[in-house]
Amino acid sequence: MAAMSTNSSTPLDHIRNFSIVAHIDHGKSTLADRLIQSTGGLADREMSEQVLDNMEIERERGITIKAQTVRLHYKANDGETYVLNLIDTPGHVDFAYEVSRSLSACEGSLLVVDASQGVEAQTLANVYQAIDNNHELVTVLNKIDLPAAEPERIKDQIEEVIGIDASEAVLISAKTGLGIPDVLEAIVHKLPPPKSEGGEKAPLKALLVDSWYDTYLGVMVLVRIIEGRLSKGQTVRMMGTDAKYTVERVGVLTPKMVAMDSLGPGEIGFITASIKEVADTRVGDTITEDKRPTAKALPGFKPAQPVVFCGLFPVDAADFEDLRSAMGKLRLNDASFSFEMESSAALGFGFRCGFLGLLHLEIIQERLEREFDLDLIATAPSVVYKLFMTDGSERELHNPADMPDVVKISEIHEPWIRATILTPDDYLGGILKLCQDRRGIQIELTYVGTRAMITYDLPLNEVVFDFYDRLKSISKGYASFDYQITDHKEGNLVKMSILVNGEPVDALSMMVHRMAAEKRGREMCEKLKELIPKHMFKIPIQAAIGGNVIARETISALRKDVTAKCYGGDATRKRKLLEKQKAGKKRMRQFGKVEIPQEAFIAALKMGDE
Amino acid sequence: MTAVTPFAPRQPIADDPLDPGFGVYVHWPFCAAKCPYCDFNSHVRHQPVDQDRFVAAFLKEMETMRRLTGPRTVTSVFMGGGTPSLMRPSTVSAILSGIAGQWHMPDGIEITMEANPSSVEAERFRGYRAAGVNRVSLGVQALNDRDLKFLGRLHDVEDALKAIRLAREIFPRMSFDLIYARPNQTVAEWDAELKQAVSYAVDHLSLYQLTIEEGTPFYGLHKAGKLIVPDGEQSAVLYEATQEITAREGMPAYEVSNHARPGAESRHNLTYWRYGDYVGIGPGAHGRLSTGGAKIATATERHPETWLSRVEENGHGMVDQEVLELSEQADELLLMGLRLTEGVDLARWQALSGHDPDPAREQFLIDHGFLERLGNSRLRCTPAGMLILDAVVADLAC
Ligand SMILES: Nc1nc2c(ncn2[C@@H]2O[C@H](COP(=O)(O)OP(=O)(O)OP(=O)(O)O)[C@@H](O)[C@H]2O)c(=O)[nH]1
Ligand SMILES: C[S@@+](CC[C@H](N)C(=O)[O-])C[C@H]1O[C@@H](n2cnc3c(N)ncnc32)[C@H](O)[C@@H]1O
Ligand code: SF4
Ligand SMILES: [Mg+2]
Repeated sequence: MAAMSTNSSTPLDHIRNFSIVAHIDHGKSTLADRLIQSTGGLADREMSEQVLDNMEIERERGITIKAQTVRLHYKANDGETYVLNLIDTPGHVDFAYEVSRSLSACEGSLLVVDASQGVEAQTLANVYQAIDNNHELVTVLNKIDLPAAEPERIKDQIEEVIGIDASEAVLISAKTGLGIPDVLEAIVHKLPPPKSEGGEKAPLKALLVDSWYDTYLGVMVLVRIIEGRLSKGQTVRMMGTDAKYTVERVGVLTPKMVAMDSLGPGEIGFITASIKEVADTRVGDTITEDKRPTAKALPGFKPAQPVVFCGLFPVDAADFEDLRSAMGKLRLNDASFSFEMESSAALGFGFRCGFLGLLHLEIIQERLEREFDLDLIATAPSVVYKLFMTDGSERELHNPADMPDVVKISEIHEPWIRATILTPDDYLGGILKLCQDRRGIQIELTYVGTRAMITYDLPLNEVVFDFYDRLKSISKGYASFDYQITDHKEGNLVKMSILVNGEPVDALSMMVHRMAAEKRGREMCEKLKELIPKHMFKIPIQAAIGGNVIARETISALRKDVTAKCYGGDATRKRKLLEKQKAGKKRMRQFGKVEIPQEAFIAALKMGDE
Repeated sequence: MTAVTPFAPRQPIADDPLDPGFGVYVHWPFCAAKCPYCDFNSHVRHQPVDQDRFVAAFLKEMETMRRLTGPRTVTSVFMGGGTPSLMRPSTVSAILSGIAGQWHMPDGIEITMEANPSSVEAERFRGYRAAGVNRVSLGVQALNDRDLKFLGRLHDVEDALKAIRLAREIFPRMSFDLIYARPNQTVAEWDAELKQAVSYAVDHLSLYQLTIEEGTPFYGLHKAGKLIVPDGEQSAVLYEATQEITAREGMPAYEVSNHARPGAESRHNLTYWRYGDYVGIGPGAHGRLSTGGAKIATATERHPETWLSRVEENGHGMVDQEVLELSEQADELLLMGLRLTEGVDLARWQALSGHDPDPAREQFLIDHGFLERLGNSRLRCTPAGMLILDAVVADLAC
């Protein structure tokens, strides 16, 4: 950490705190690069593309997952030097929570819109969030270097769809650097400085914006000072968790860590305080001074709730403990992911995990596999159902395998979402049909030029099952989609079990709508028939609801499997083949007498891809 | 028609299955043309092959192998290919003398040579006989011209029949190969062809189902959907018909694809399946040699001319010489031995693997009628088990 011991007390009117928000891939992180570069935050040799996307998986997928904060010094055209705190946010809907807490640390937002693609679903979602947070907005039209850029048309579109004035939108190319000085001037002149009622003299009141684990420094907490001063050595109290800590380090990110002695009102920076785990901190909490506390805590945030659950199991049972420790390590940095032990007759010991969405699930699984060298099987994603029992009690169901006896259940409620879809009107028909097939209820349909904006209420259950993939393929990738969970509603839901050779395969059971059960059951049986290799005997595959078989297929017995010609020269080749088969059998899951290859499982669980 | 149990009543194979013998295999890697289904180590040369140079190399490699095996008594010799009948009789003679120079070679042991019907002349056959060959194996493959053409063979049925007649006349023992389960082949067609084959046979037939091997022209055609072979059910029916007909005609199977009148089994091939020792000489030849308590697997360079220069330089063309673990030997014993109707000796397998077959698995296979015990000492496949032998072996070997 660079040593630069200062009490940071920039006058409030020389501070600008802002988030960069946009639809996925519209260029937020690239714009952040240019802002860092042109204010000298990093030397050219220290720059890389999307320098803030520092997780391996972010770099590989070219997306931002975790919001990042940077403090910049900008000498404006008026001769004054301003402190700019920028927060680069993720665009994907699964990480909307990162956006919302970033917004609450700032007074303004840069709304980035791709000048060729225009307004997309997350543009809308993010803009409305920014407006809800009373943010001033600077609209930036990016990628004007592209031949397909149509800034004038997109300005009109922004005005029409979002209803904000776009006449002064800044035209830039974050890639070439064109227009960056204008963005910096707009930040200084159009975005408001932070306000602080009590000022520096008031008791400390700071917002806990984010926390993460750093290998060298341990748990780091990102704070925004509302009032008072946060200093090294101070004893602070987290008002929500009521925990006391002594502040060890105070600093800012430029994006390098720079140590400070204290932070004053309006500023954003980090502290460390011997906090053991990220889970000990609560994002949205209020930090105050223990001996001179502030009178009133900040309202805080609703915690991020996992909405999609699935089981993660090691392919090799011997990896269970490694998986547990890997999950523990990942959770150090990602409190929005939850896990608890689960055991399955089919898959052995593993964990039931909760995620913010399917991308989040995919990313966690990939990180576990890559960073910890584990081979995993994921069961079909499921949402959280609310069960109202006949005895008046209520419980949550995260795993279809845990479904109690139906006679004890009076109602099953499932989560619903409000989805916003923007699409070129050519694909409208197909998308409406998809939403309709998924039990959707149309709320609104409007046009902006040749683009349609559709609002639908949908059961989340129907969305976690390949909805997004279908949407992409129907619209050739041109439709964008955003959603918010609204409420739980009663649904005609049943648990469908899959039986292989008469034995239920717990990992394949799923909650489905009664009307869709037969079709899904048939698809699952057909798929398994393709995936399970022939055995020496015939194998019935059945889908059942309770004791009622609703679909069935039979895998016929292996009829012929013998090498015709095998002489002295073939012994080695055949032995090696046998060794491979033996190793393959280790990856098989045994259901009674039936062996199902791991790969078949994974493919069956991915069903719906076709 | 009386129901015939394909190979249940078969007599135990002549001589002691526990003495698998010591065979010498010599590979001749050249053919006049490459057949589109064949993935054997066979090569076509447009220049005449320098047979003398090859003979010298064969002899040199034998010397090296002799050092590995120590003194032993040869129980059979097999010259395979490729097309060994492209060798001059003098070449064959030199090879056989070479073997006799390295190991003890008693009179009267089985000495087989593979021959293609297209390269058969009475004169040559007599020459091979004179050199010491006492058994030929002819690559007939089919008994109708349309299928011979489809198989890319250089001979027609007339050539095949002539070769069979000549072989019967000149050699004390002879066998021939047929490939069946050809595209669209019906059971009735195969039935007729097979009966005809049995009538030409002396005491031994090899009947292989057409296998689509990776890297062959047939493989590409098959993948592209332009060559459709009988599916599992059809080929099973063809296989069962084969078992039934040959059994009824007195030439029951003694191995998956090999049929003989009792006592006329190929001694050399039995050595492979009984997991005995054999020396592999020539390009791409494999061997199994027991020395000093260990069993080693040898393999030589496949490319003929590369093999040749290696031998000339190093005295052998071996590219692999691997000491087999006991568990690996157990696997090989099982996968080779269960091909035979006589099955495997359990005590021998137990000694190598260190354990008995998993009782639950064995019982499962027995209950399903795929496996049976012969007394307490041997395990063998039933006819139903033989059809899915690869799956049975995979199940038992675990
Ligand atoms: N041609 C052109 N490409 C750009 C420009 N700005 C960004 N890009 C490219 O657009 C892609 C997405 O850029 P990012 O900066 O990662 O976008 P983002 O908004 O941060 O994406 P998420 O964090 O995943 O939501 C990258 O391939 C960039 O190189 C631009 O001005 N012109
Ligand atoms: C090593 S080949 C050599 C024999 C000789 N060159 C000939 O083709 O006449 C031995 C036998 O294997 C059989 N064979 C070769 N390739 C085969 C395949 N792909 N499927 C079934 N049998 C095959 C043929 O019957 C052939 O006669
Ligand atoms: S003649 Fe025999 S060895 Fe040669 S290519 Fe044909 S099948 Fe193969
Ligand atoms: Mg980004």
